[in-house]
Amino acid sequence: MNTGTMNKTPLELAIRYGFLVLLGGLALFFSLYASGFASPRSAVFILQSVAITGILALGVTCTLVVGGFDLSIGSVATSALMLSAYSMVVLEQSAFVAVVLCLVMGAVVGLINGFLIVKMRVPDLLATLGMMFLLIGLQRIPTQGNSIATGMSLGDGGVAEGTFSAAFLWLGRHRFDLFLDRLLPVPVVVFLLIALLIWLFLGYTRHGRLMYAIGSNERAAELVGTNVQRYKIVAYMISGMLASVGGILLAARLGRGDIASGNNLLLDSVAAALIGFAVLGAARPNAFGTAAGALFVGILLQGLTMMNAPYYMQDFVKGAVLVAALVFTFYLSSRRGGRRTA
Amino acid sequence: MSNVTCKLSGLEKSFGRNHVLRGIDLELRAGKVTALMGANGAGKSTLVKVLCGYHFADAGEIELAGAPFKPLDAADAISKGVVTVHQSIDDGVIPDLDVATNLTLDLLTEPGADFFVNDRKLRRQARKVAESMGLSMDVRTRVADLEVADRQMIAIARAMARSPKLLILDEPTSSLSASEADRLFALIDRLRAEGVAVLYISHRMSDIRRVADRIVSMRDGAISGLFETEPLDYVGAVNAMLGHQMTEVDIDPVTGGDPILEVDRVRLFENGPQIELTAREGEVVALTGLLGSGTTELAEVLFGLAKPAGGSLRLDGKAYTPKSAEDAVSKGVFMSPKDRSVNAVVPDFDIANNMTLPFLGAFSRFSFLSERGQRRAADEMIGKIGIVCQGNSDGINTLSGGNQQKVMIGRWLLQASRVLLLDEPFQGVDIGARRDIGHYIRQTAKGRTTLVFVAEIDEALEIADRIVVMHEAAIVGEYINKNVDLNRLVADVSGPANGQGQREAATQAMAV
Repeated sequence: MNTGTMNKTPLELAIRYGFLVLLGGLALFFSLYASGFASPRSAVFILQSVAITGILALGVTCTLVVGGFDLSIGSVATSALMLSAYSMVVLEQSAFVAVVLCLVMGAVVGLINGFLIVKMRVPDLLATLGMMFLLIGLQRIPTQGNSIATGMSLGDGGVAEGTFSAAFLWLGRHRFDLFLDRLLPVPVVVFLLIALLIWLFLGYTRHGRLMYAIGSNERAAELVGTNVQRYKIVAYMISGMLASVGGILLAARLGRGDIASGNNLLLDSVAAALIGFAVLGAARPNAFGTAAGALFVGILLQGLTMMNAPYYMQDFVKGAVLVAALVFTFYLSSRRGGRRTA
Repeated sequence: MSNVTCKLSGLEKSFGRNHVLRGIDLELRAGKVTALMGANGAGKSTLVKVLCGYHFADAGEIELAGAPFKPLDAADAISKGVVTVHQSIDDGVIPDLDVATNLTLDLLTEPGADFFVNDRKLRRQARKVAESMGLSMDVRTRVADLEVADRQMIAIARAMARSPKLLILDEPTSSLSASEADRLFALIDRLRAEGVAVLYISHRMSDIRRVADRIVSMRDGAISGLFETEPLDYVGAVNAMLGHQMTEVDIDPVTGGDPILEVDRVRLFENGPQIELTAREGEVVALTGLLGSGTTELAEVLFGLAKPAGGSLRLDGKAYTPKSAEDAVSKGVFMSPKDRSVNAVVPDFDIANNMTLPFLGAFSRFSFLSERGQRRAADEMIGKIGIVCQGNSDGINTLSGGNQQKVMIGRWLLQASRVLLLDEPFQGVDIGARRDIGHYIRQTAKGRTTLVFVAEIDEALEIADRIVVMHEAAIVGEYINKNVDLNRLVADVSGPANGQGQREAATQAMAV
């Protein structure tokens, strides 16, 4: 007998379904009042706008689950963006090499983050803040602070001859047919696949369960024989690799190594992961919530834009949603008392 | 007879249904060191917290120097003259600041203190305080760079700067070496001469022999013994603290089969005594001793959390050198640690997930968890060990302490083990749950060896086939659990200088 499904108080119902009801209400509102909002193309546009942020957010979710945090994801993504451009345009490598290099870079950064946190005992926020700073600087060194594009002049006087290969651009620009011609962009498919994988991994495998145990009581997890250090390092490696996947997709969409893009990635993805705490009353990091959180922000911004709200309102709206979600999570959950679990 | 500094009468305190203090009557005298003894959960720390203003008493009165004393909060208690030095030293000092600032911090928070800090003046004042305490270090040293004893002295010096009437020391020697402790005792002697009433809380008999003028024993929230006539009756005090009404459980001790775990000349610390112990198949061995006697340290060595300073372990005749908990578990050595809320409970998880946590591998295929398998196993164990709950998906923190502990023990009984280590399995557990757990442990004892680490003799008598007594990291006694001579057992627990109570003999024993 599960008391969780019986005798629900209104408060518990509100905590559990309030956020999803809000999400549905928002979509309904915009469908009625913003013409053109309720169309497949608009839905795909929203998905596309949140795909890269969402992928990063899923990575940071993994570190939140083990009780950590990864501030370096934004800079890992932009580093991957620059690295892929550099390897194709300057080093004239293939798309495959560029992708592999970026993934390895993300994994190595995650490994170093994990090493700093687990072995050097640097607090997670500080270690990943330092790594963020380091990467922001590092990605500018090979090009003397310039963006990368075919034909740019190089430090030795030559000109960059390489180009973004078609296969690489496919990652960012191709659209699959689904009912409509050229509907579903590759990044959206990648986002949905990764969301599904992380959701299964965290929620339904023993590794995910142990990671939640570590986040809840690290000492207890260790004393039942969990290799806590390894799981923590792996969490940061997943975060680093997903961030570089985000960076690759961004590079493929832009088609150039733009030094200035990706400024907002860190804040947007952290916001999505934290908003995710409020979904289904989980009060803890979870993949479904993170994806829903990213979608929530996307729908809100798309709807407001279509109702002619000015672009400079965007960050304010995101911030307001985040604060509201955090209050929802922490204040209401604390009033609910004894936490219920998966 | 010296003056009464502090008088408690009829003090009561409950947390929910948990009656922690049940009417405490106690007098603390000026210029006397009163040692307070009591097992975990006896109510010592609650008593201290009432005295130093963290908790309000539900009933009863406190008088301080003849006037009623009702502290509003910790600061109020201090300003009225009750100063407490807590167990963890760093609560009493600010490690990142220098000695001078630490010693004069209270001057900075006084109303009317200057806006600018005059370092030279502060240092002069600090030096004066330090000298009066017999401290010789440079007052510009950062407190974090001092050794533990000096840090503790600073904490006490800060306390003394407020010229307290009553000084409470909570386990002050728990992180001190013997020579460091001697300095602390010398300081306590000085304070005693100055007429301060000292309440000294400790489990260490050697400390108590050294400093105590009177001993008060607590048990289950009440004073169970007061000893103040010379020579002090140390064994009587331990007896009163542990208590041992004959238990109803009737155990027919088994001798056990083949040896499973052999502890061979293991030292818990450099140059410590050697420990020899063999635990056999099917038997339950209780290791008992006061806090700090080495039982917990031995458990940690056996579970791979600490390395022994010498000697070796064998498991089923083969060398056993566990490197971590993970390693120990994989070799079939399981441990339920003490302090379950810190070391065992995963607060976000429900009963089923808490229980199956060590063996998730067995409940999954290709890493994917079978929730049905987890819940079925949990239900089975809930029935067998008698957990009172609405279902296996109850949050772990909705359970009472006893039922939580049953989940934590049941966790390690889901799979067969070679060695089962239970460190304080009855901590914060009511008598009914304690019987259930003990019964089930004995019922399943076949096929493994079980080592139970308990401080309370009662608990050892309830569960064990064999009782091994530890004192100061050595095994000092061993009893088959049948018609045990309790007086001898208690004497072993309280240490070699038993019974006679002469100060000289006691001091000698401590120096060894």
